[in-house]
Amino acid sequence: MNAVLSLDNVCANLRATRALDGVSLNVQPGEIIALLGPNGAGKTSLIRAALGLIAVEGAIKLGGAAPQNLTVRDRALRAAYLPQRPQAIWPVSVEALVALGRFAHGAAPDRLAAVDQAAVDAAIAACGLEGLRHRRMDEISGGEKARAHLARTLAQHAPLLLLDEPTAGLDPAQSLGVADVLQSLAASGGAVVFSTHDIALAVGAAHRVILMKSGRVIASGAPVEALTPAALQMAYGRKARLERIGDEFAVIFER
Amino acid sequence: MSASIRTSLALAALSLVAILAALWLGPVPIGDPFAADDATHTIVWDIRLPRALTAWFAGAALGLAGAALQGLLRNPLADAGVLGLSGFAALGAVIAFAFGFAALAPVMSVVFALAAAALVTTLGWASRGPASLVLIGVGLSSFAGGLIALALNLAPNPGALADLVNWTLGSVEGRSMEHVALAAMLLVAGAALIFTAARGLQALTLGEEAAAAIGANLPRTRTLVVLGAAACTGGAPAVAGVIGFVGIAAPHLVRALAGHDPARLLLPSALVGGALLVCADIVVRALPTDSELKLGVAAALIGGPIFALIAARLASKGGDA
Repeated sequence: MNAVLSLDNVCANLRATRALDGVSLNVQPGEIIALLGPNGAGKTSLIRAALGLIAVEGAIKLGGAAPQNLTVRDRALRAAYLPQRPQAIWPVSVEALVALGRFAHGAAPDRLAAVDQAAVDAAIAACGLEGLRHRRMDEISGGEKARAHLARTLAQHAPLLLLDEPTAGLDPAQSLGVADVLQSLAASGGAVVFSTHDIALAVGAAHRVILMKSGRVIASGAPVEALTPAALQMAYGRKARLERIGDEFAVIFER
Repeated sequence: MSASIRTSLALAALSLVAILAALWLGPVPIGDPFAADDATHTIVWDIRLPRALTAWFAGAALGLAGAALQGLLRNPLADAGVLGLSGFAALGAVIAFAFGFAALAPVMSVVFALAAAALVTTLGWASRGPASLVLIGVGLSSFAGGLIALALNLAPNPGALADLVNWTLGSVEGRSMEHVALAAMLLVAGAALIFTAARGLQALTLGEEAAAAIGANLPRTRTLVVLGAAACTGGAPAVAGVIGFVGIAAPHLVRALAGHDPARLLLPSALVGGALLVCADIVVRALPTDSELKLGVAAALIGGPIFALIAARLASKGGDA
């Protein structure tokens, strides 16, 4: 199968620091990959590099093409991006915000063709926003805003979702809701790369984790195998372990 | 029917009523503006109609440019003044007056607005955020202000000085159908550019990075809007002198009715800007002052407090529009 995203020995400098240092990664359709690591580990840089938003050394292929050679529209048709702090500068309705995901398909939020409207409706339903579609973005809670922005990326119908901390600021139940959305997307062939500080959520939802520190990948693979106490200690500088409780996992950091 | 279309229809009707009122009301009382006698015909069709239409086109251009620039800069306090376009447009006309080519003033103000637009986009090309564009604009604006003051300072004779001062106060007194045609032409050109960029403005609701990530071509959007705004803001002072605040106020007046989508605000902002300036000009003509109150003065007297109130309301909401 063709990778939706591949990075081969990618390095990047951000101001004086090494933001990415020899990162390689292959993302296949249907895969969920969680990016883990402390603040400043390079998770956001990896996502931005994949979109061609920062200059890198090494090869990146987004849907088979170098992202900086793609037009913005072609890039949007290959990957949907949720920034760390998504903005709705004007208080438009939830539905209008989600409809912006159809931009690359040629749709304006106020003139949606049937196929665009169907994509918007499906994204709104997937994120449980039916009751809020006509509410304004400044009238809903933080968790609802986060789901509206996620729905916007779903409506984009790109084969790859690049999500920078999609569960930041969400309560545990809402985080699980986001994980459910990502898993059902992956089940239908979509690929997801998301960064998070919620290690247990990553273990529960991702097929693979990439554990990063100072721009380098220090462990990767199936979550339970990659997240060894040694790897966690190297990443976070504290003793930590995964603990199996029934079918679920918890992460214990020692004080 | 969407809120934006309903609002636009209502505002188009308001514009029409305002223009009809401007034909009927004035220092010389007229019973029936459509009467066939020569005096009425001259007053209504040769004096009042061009004046009202000039005011409408200038106001519409300023309102449209304001709405487009607020969308582009994602800043509810933006307008052509903030970006330095108005300042340069004014400077262009002042130079024409100062060197005795008053007839060239309209052309000069359009050329200078375009030059400012080119300067702002070139200097701001590499900049990421809207703040740097605003800072560049503020710099250009002060520079233009300084040069205008210099022109007043060095005015060769009292007649030229009076011309300059009158013009900087803003007025649509004694305008002809040539002025109307010029203003209309520039408004149409500016609107064509701005409406082409409407979807890009919608995308910018997400901020620049996410807007690019959904497929919006931001350099194109930026260029279209700034050039369109330059055509509009060059056209307005070309025929009406310096008139502030319509650009800032118009989008705010229609947001409550038409919603916050920056693309759907464009048409209503233009219509309300036109209606506003026609109404302001009716007030100016109705006030029994010895020498006629200047339109720019009236606009600033009404617009200044509105601007301050908007800023205060935004501050109390934590800067969130």
